[in-house]
Amino acid sequence: MAEPLLDIRGLKTWFKTDDGMVRAVDGVSLSIDRGETLGVVGESGCGKTVTARSVLKLIDMPPGRFEAGQILWQGRDLIPLDETEMNKIRAREIAIIFQEPMTSLNPVYTVGDQIAEVIELHQKLSRKQAMVGAADMLKLVNIPNPERRVHDYPHQFSGGMRQRVMIAMALSCQPKLLIADEPTTALDVTIQAQILELMQEMKERFGMAIMLITHAMGVVAETTQRVVVMYAGKVVEEAPVGALFGDPRHPYTQGLIRSIPRVDRSAGRQARLESIPGTVPSLLDPPPGCRFAARCRYVMPACTQAIPPLKEVAPGHKVACIL
Amino acid sequence: MAGSTPASLTADTPAAAVVAPRKNRPTSPWQEAWRRFRRHRLAAASGIVLLLLIAVVALGPFIWPVPINEIDFAAKLQGPSWAHPLGTDDLGQDLLARLIYGGRISLAVGLAAMVVAVVVGVLVGALAGMSAGWVDAALMWVTDLFLALPLLPLLLLLMYLFRDHFKRLFGVEGGAFILIVVVIGGLRWMQVARLVRAQFLSLREKEFVEAARALGASKVRLVVGHILPNALGPVIVAGTIDVAAAIIAESTLSFLGLGFPSDIPTWGSVLRDAKDYLDIAPHWALFPGAAIFLAVITINFMGDGLRDALDPRRVL
Ligand SMILES: Nc1ncnc2c1ncn2[C@@H]1O[C@H](COP(=O)(O)OP(=O)(O)OP(=O)(O)O)[C@@H](O)[C@H]1O
Ligand code: SF4
Ligand SMILES: [Mg+2]
Repeated sequence: MAEPLLDIRGLKTWFKTDDGMVRAVDGVSLSIDRGETLGVVGESGCGKTVTARSVLKLIDMPPGRFEAGQILWQGRDLIPLDETEMNKIRAREIAIIFQEPMTSLNPVYTVGDQIAEVIELHQKLSRKQAMVGAADMLKLVNIPNPERRVHDYPHQFSGGMRQRVMIAMALSCQPKLLIADEPTTALDVTIQAQILELMQEMKERFGMAIMLITHAMGVVAETTQRVVVMYAGKVVEEAPVGALFGDPRHPYTQGLIRSIPRVDRSAGRQARLESIPGTVPSLLDPPPGCRFAARCRYVMPACTQAIPPLKEVAPGHKVACIL
Repeated sequence: MAGSTPASLTADTPAAAVVAPRKNRPTSPWQEAWRRFRRHRLAAASGIVLLLLIAVVALGPFIWPVPINEIDFAAKLQGPSWAHPLGTDDLGQDLLARLIYGGRISLAVGLAAMVVAVVVGVLVGALAGMSAGWVDAALMWVTDLFLALPLLPLLLLLMYLFRDHFKRLFGVEGGAFILIVVVIGGLRWMQVARLVRAQFLSLREKEFVEAARALGASKVRLVVGHILPNALGPVIVAGTIDVAAAIIAESTLSFLGLGFPSDIPTWGSVLRDAKDYLDIAPHWALFPGAAIFLAVITINFMGDGLRDALDPRRVL
């Protein structure tokens, strides 16, 4: 098999705080192939954002630190790289968009200036050429009147439009991987669908891979090929999207899937939306053994003895549970 | 917000409905601030008065080409007249000419000292705000130390100690100017430093800074291109008020005889010369006093207007 585009191996990103070590990412391994869309799901606080930011080395150090592991980008480990070397990878090879489109653009510059800045930074182009490129990008992300709107300021755009601008900025240098950290969480439902559709369109156009981080299992089902489920800083299940929804093995994944609101079911029959009882445990001093034990309906004494390793149960389907 | 659009409408409509630009012309935050400033009546009026004052001291010598040191004992201590619109002093020198000359010095000192204070303040504040840990702690310690110094005695002491040295280096007038500017500016940067640090601490956590960093902007570019422009509002306000404070400080020094040499008129030194004749020639003290008052109060009103215009939380 060809070498994956991104291969994270046993990554541990910890934060030193006054209360102790927060093990936000504690031995995460995942990989993304060229042109693939990987979904990363899990409840709030389970380390999805920290994983994503680790890939671009956007973790503030201190308090953060890479305790162990490798982040192989096309076979080359990013962890030892310094800021200057990372800046050559950012946007050019790996780009990221964040959750908050309302505040992700600098209020004092026009959107055109901001897209052009990224283009200028990475390509040897004049300002004028970069501005043309910026207008082209706006057009590509379906913003009406792009030639005029490049001269507008962020406050003249709505949330959905700003997320389009962010996508335009992120894709302006045609990266091979786009990390989207809950790109639609802050937007209302109709806009969410449009943004996801746009990402799909951009992916087909540029052939990049996408790492889509989200809470929403529904989004994962519709847009991704493979899914990684994270819980309390660890990967608990990894599977092709069909297998994950058809045959979820980890009790946590099963809980997540049961908690998806289903339009088709709720109409006629009485359907109850289940949520997983309890909350994500503290990452400060994680309990020994399976981190889901406190909330798991199948918990057994053996679960709290040792951390269950990620085992392959079917081709491409891995689970960390002793069941 | 565009004049025709009620604020509540834009706040309540779902995001998608506001896609169309509210104005045909793009409005930058600076244009927006300028529009708000013009609406602040007192500040706008102060701006006009100050501009007039600057025009008078800048162009005055061409319109009123009377020498500042033409002694005429026959005309000493006269009140305003056609020959001497602002009267004369005890040597019969024309006060209008002297105040125009002095105004140039006072305003130039105010501006230059402000520039020194702002540059030092921005550098210290930015460095402290960007570097966590001991660098920040040390810089803030120094800032607090400067804030704790008794300003006036220190100003006097520094002037007294270095006056001759600077005179030798840069000449009589130049030496005094540079020394006064450096000393006043060097003792007034702390507010700016604190403001800039506070701004930097909050701005560096903003998503747009993070986003720019994620897209490959270097640290220098983040600071100069993204953080600093967003931190300028309060700095401009503080800088404006610094100009007024520096004018007062220079006048105080001159009044106490530690500013410019006594033969060079500044608003403060004219006031000092006038103080012994308050009962027989009140106009002599009145005009320089009024000039200082006018300059300082208009600058401060402008500072108020700028504060309101640049405050992002304020929607007018
Ligand atoms: N700078 C930091 N210092 C200390 N702890 C941190 C820091 N950054 C993140 N964490 C901790 O890391 C854990 C994981 O956070 P992360 O943001 O990755 O969660 P997430 O899965 O992205 O959640 P959400 O869905 O809410 O975005 C959290 O418990 C958080 O408190
Ligand atoms: S290892 Fe045990 S506690 Fe953990 S998920 Fe599996 S059954 Fe539940
Ligand atoms: Mg997150």
